[in-house]
Amino acid sequence: MAKLLIDGKQYEAEAGQNLLHVCLSLGLNLPYFCWHPALGSVGACRQCAVKQYRDENDKQGRLVMSCMTPVTEGMVITLEDPDSKEFRATIIESLMTNHPHDCPICDEGGECHLQDMTVMTGHNYRGYRFKKRTFNNQYLGPFINHEMNRCITCYRCVRFYHDYAGGGDLAAFASKNHVYFGRHEDGALESEFSGNLVEVCPTGVFTDKTLKEHYTRKWDLQTAPSVCVHCAQGCNTIPGERYGEIRRILNRYHGEVNGYFLCDRGRFGYSFVNAATRIREPRLRRAKEGALESVTKQALLAELGAAFKDREKVIGIGSPRASLEGNFALKTLVGDSRFFAGVADKEAKLVSLALEILQDGPARSASLKDVERCDAVLVLGEDLTNTSPRLALSLRQLVRNAPLGLAAKAGIPDWHDLAAREIIQDEKGPCFIATAAATRLDDIAAETYHAAPEDLARLGFAVAHALDPEAPRVADLSPDAAALAARIAEALRSAKRPLVVSGTSLGSEAVLEAAANVAWALSKEGQGADLSLVVPECNSLGLALLAEGGIGRALEAVKKGEADTLVILENDLYRRAPKKAVDELLDTAKRVIVVDHTEHATTAKAAALLPAGTFAESDGTLVSNEGRMQRFFQVFVPKGEIQESWRWLRELMLAAGFGERVAGWNSLTDVHHAMLEAQADLAAVTAAAPDPSFRVTGLKIPRQPHRYSGRTAMNAHINIHEQKPPEDPDSPLTFSMEGFLGRAPSPLVTRFWAPGWNSVQALTRFQEEVAGPLRGGDPGVRLIEPAPDARKSYHSHIPAAHQPSDGELLLVPLHQIFGSEALSALSPAIEQRTAKAALALSAEDSKRLAVADGDEVEVTICGLPRRLPARVVASLPKGVAGAPVGLPDLPSVVSLPERVRANKAVVR
Amino acid sequence: MLSPEERAEIEAEIHHYPRKEAACIEAMKVVQKHRGWVSDEGIRDVAEIMGMTPAEVDGIATFYNLIFRKPVGKHVVMACDSVSCWVMGYENVRECLRKKLGVEMGQTTPDGKFTVLPIACLGDCDHAPAMMVGEDLHHDLTAEKIDEVLKRYS
Ligand code: SF4
Ligand code: SF4
Ligand code: FES
Ligand code: FES
Repeated sequence: MAKLLIDGKQYEAEAGQNLLHVCLSLGLNLPYFCWHPALGSVGACRQCAVKQYRDENDKQGRLVMSCMTPVTEGMVITLEDPDSKEFRATIIESLMTNHPHDCPICDEGGECHLQDMTVMTGHNYRGYRFKKRTFNNQYLGPFINHEMNRCITCYRCVRFYHDYAGGGDLAAFASKNHVYFGRHEDGALESEFSGNLVEVCPTGVFTDKTLKEHYTRKWDLQTAPSVCVHCAQGCNTIPGERYGEIRRILNRYHGEVNGYFLCDRGRFGYSFVNAATRIREPRLRRAKEGALESVTKQALLAELGAAFKDREKVIGIGSPRASLEGNFALKTLVGDSRFFAGVADKEAKLVSLALEILQDGPARSASLKDVERCDAVLVLGEDLTNTSPRLALSLRQLVRNAPLGLAAKAGIPDWHDLAAREIIQDEKGPCFIATAAATRLDDIAAETYHAAPEDLARLGFAVAHALDPEAPRVADLSPDAAALAARIAEALRSAKRPLVVSGTSLGSEAVLEAAANVAWALSKEGQGADLSLVVPECNSLGLALLAEGGIGRALEAVKKGEADTLVILENDLYRRAPKKAVDELLDTAKRVIVVDHTEHATTAKAAALLPAGTFAESDGTLVSNEGRMQRFFQVFVPKGEIQESWRWLRELMLAAGFGERVAGWNSLTDVHHAMLEAQADLAAVTAAAPDPSFRVTGLKIPRQPHRYSGRTAMNAHINIHEQKPPEDPDSPLTFSMEGFLGRAPSPLVTRFWAPGWNSVQALTRFQEEVAGPLRGGDPGVRLIEPAPDARKSYHSHIPAAHQPSDGELLLVPLHQIFGSEALSALSPAIEQRTAKAALALSAEDSKRLAVADGDEVEVTICGLPRRLPARVVASLPKGVAGAPVGLPDLPSVVSLPERVRANKAVVR
Repeated sequence: MLSPEERAEIEAEIHHYPRKEAACIEAMKVVQKHRGWVSDEGIRDVAEIMGMTPAEVDGIATFYNLIFRKPVGKHVVMACDSVSCWVMGYENVRECLRKKLGVEMGQTTPDGKFTVLPIACLGDCDHAPAMMVGEDLHHDLTAEKIDEVLKRYS
């Protein structure tokens, strides 16, 4: 720590850190543009100038750029002296000469860093009277709107997109007054992280195109802290609502999880909440062949209650995309032995295995921040960009850590971005990516290995054996794979903090077990290892804590006549099991009751539909693949009979007359107490966020901003009297502008906004230190910590090598960031970016089948004959083919990997 | 597609640098030498051989005023408009060029012979005003001299 004097006041700060970072951490108002807490300093915009003095007697001082100046002991600076103030005002004036001053029609208006900085510097009137240059804007795809005239050339966009996220199709063009940020030609931005430009760009150049379709100012959006539901990573988000529609998703900073960035699936996948396919009222099918009719809640509950008398005959099918509370309520309804995870048995087994590896092994499950602290990584079997996108972005940062050592040696701090990148050049830390086919991360890999799942597992087992001879040996390993395993082992062993990443997406237990062996072998070596296991969905781990068997077990029970009624929670079973099995299950059961928010193939077969709230209309808890329990809060009160799944299930129990267990469930907290009693390993659920009784100075936390407009008039077409805000028994938040206006505890922060800081950059006011944890600690509770001296024995079931057999292909599942996840796939913007279903074939196999790209191929997948266009993927090994997961025209590929035969289709 | 000559010349340039991308400007100059300018296709060609993306290459191309991203005439006339030449009669030079060739700055004569562009200091200030035609420098320009110079390029 160093002592320094700022405007005559003593402060303490970390020596060597840059002054801008320090001033912002101290809560001082210092304008800036080009610096970004995650991107570091480049000193380009000159906006952050302050005066530095030799010592206290120096009255002259000199201007320095605070973002480029490291803190030293005894430093004397001023922010408030006339020279630096004037300098800053002049800088912004010059940056603004070409700006169109079109705030009233700019989507950034009201949450614009440029507006904030203009006010902060006091540059309130423009002096420039001349012609301005104007640009043509580009079409950048369905996510991002482009309005180049507003650019102040801070270069943040390309620094994020290109330097940080590895995107190759956004660049800076031309020079001087003509500097232009865009693509080489019109077209959709290719990076899966393009949406972050909305928050990274301090002006209205890059804005959210999906928001534009139903535009609302920040101050008119009702917001609540939420958690992304589109993969297992658990990124924290801030959805915004107006008039009963979600209008956009913003990043909600979490120091350990998503930091400053989201992926595009998470940011733009929200439209399913507003879709016409939502179920908004209870529906009932009175006759077996009849249609589903809308009925009142009372009628529905009376009917179901009467039909429900024998609890022993009811089976509950849970869901990895439903909250812990919803799943727990269903489990309570049907009883422990009749509650099943609503996934294929195979998936249930894989996720349980992942859970076991994290719970029992010595390797610690890594948060994304942990990932970014590691300096070497082996990825085994996961195409991360498509299965856990945000993790892929963290891996890009990981590979900089080892070479950043070069910068440190040269005395360059890592925040000094340009200099550090100059020294690092193309150097990358050890990163090995072993997957079925090439991935969008391969460019950061030192070496890649593309092979069948068995061979990926064998490579992993071999690495473990190379690290620890006690780990089982792999027989008959090819010399190439053996040499690669040795190199990987060496790199991981010499790392300061090695990481192993794997997951369930290839459907292979052996891959998971091999990854576990590597992590455990490293742990034995002493330096330990971080382990990140990617599971399929936002609450896969939570569901695994509640249920064992999957859908197959449920089918057995129904077939044996043990049950006749199915209650299905937030789940389309047709995505989970082969069509034949699901048909059989739904047809055999006498009664199928579905609690869900959106229509799908399963709801079409239901006898009764109960309209559930989405993440935006309910509170709940999810367990991410880190094992972090996180609470999401209801954003708005939906119209109609929509309510939380657990409330429906409770009412169902009460109506059926076996509701004594749940009679007392009046709020989420009551459910939590029941959970805690029922299952000790879920006890942390109450600690994930403050309970509904929490108040600050007696006040709840408002979801609506202090400038929310139209409160008294927005419902005047229904009732001219202002309505009382709806009650919220489930959280310390309120659906109102009234309440505590200060800074709420971190899990309850509804938006980042602070006096003088209207844009997302207000975030620094909510952090203990810039880029550090949120004040009061980052939200959520880690459920899984390794036993400190756990000594699990190694997994020893090593599969045989994949043998390409004559005429047969091993079909493996391939995931797509856009399209493979059910809910985001319903958003039109995501749909536009979804690649059509195709059969990926290796070069050899496409030659053997005499098919070229686009030619139709016939193949039977999961028992169903399909016709798909071929896509030749050069990186696929011979004998291995790939089918896309979860696409609308190919929803269930759950039995993959499986052996198939493919033929060139006869042209009809 | 790069012609075999272009490819060979670019590869020779690449050998001069420890990192391939460093030869990017030279590569564009090669393409420009052969094609007169660097089209979108030219950008993609260079990107491919350099292992860069078209956006990265185009970012560099558009930064330099001597990489032409639009077709130019057979001879490019570049009139210096920096301080010394400006003081010594750049405006006169511009006027002469306009009258003589019938085009404004940035335009190409209908017969495709001349493109007129402004350029920053040519380092010939002591003989201002100056201009370049193609690779040749001309200075101490007067209306007569400009007439006479242009006649030499046909
Ligand atoms: S587009 Fe935005 S982020 Fe990019 S340079 Fe301009 S103002 Fe900065
Ligand atoms: S990585 Fe996953 S959790 Fe994070 S924003 Fe993307 S889809 Fe959502
Ligand atoms: S923020 Fe310091 S120079 Fe731009
Ligand atoms: S100013 Fe024209 S040559 Fe120097």
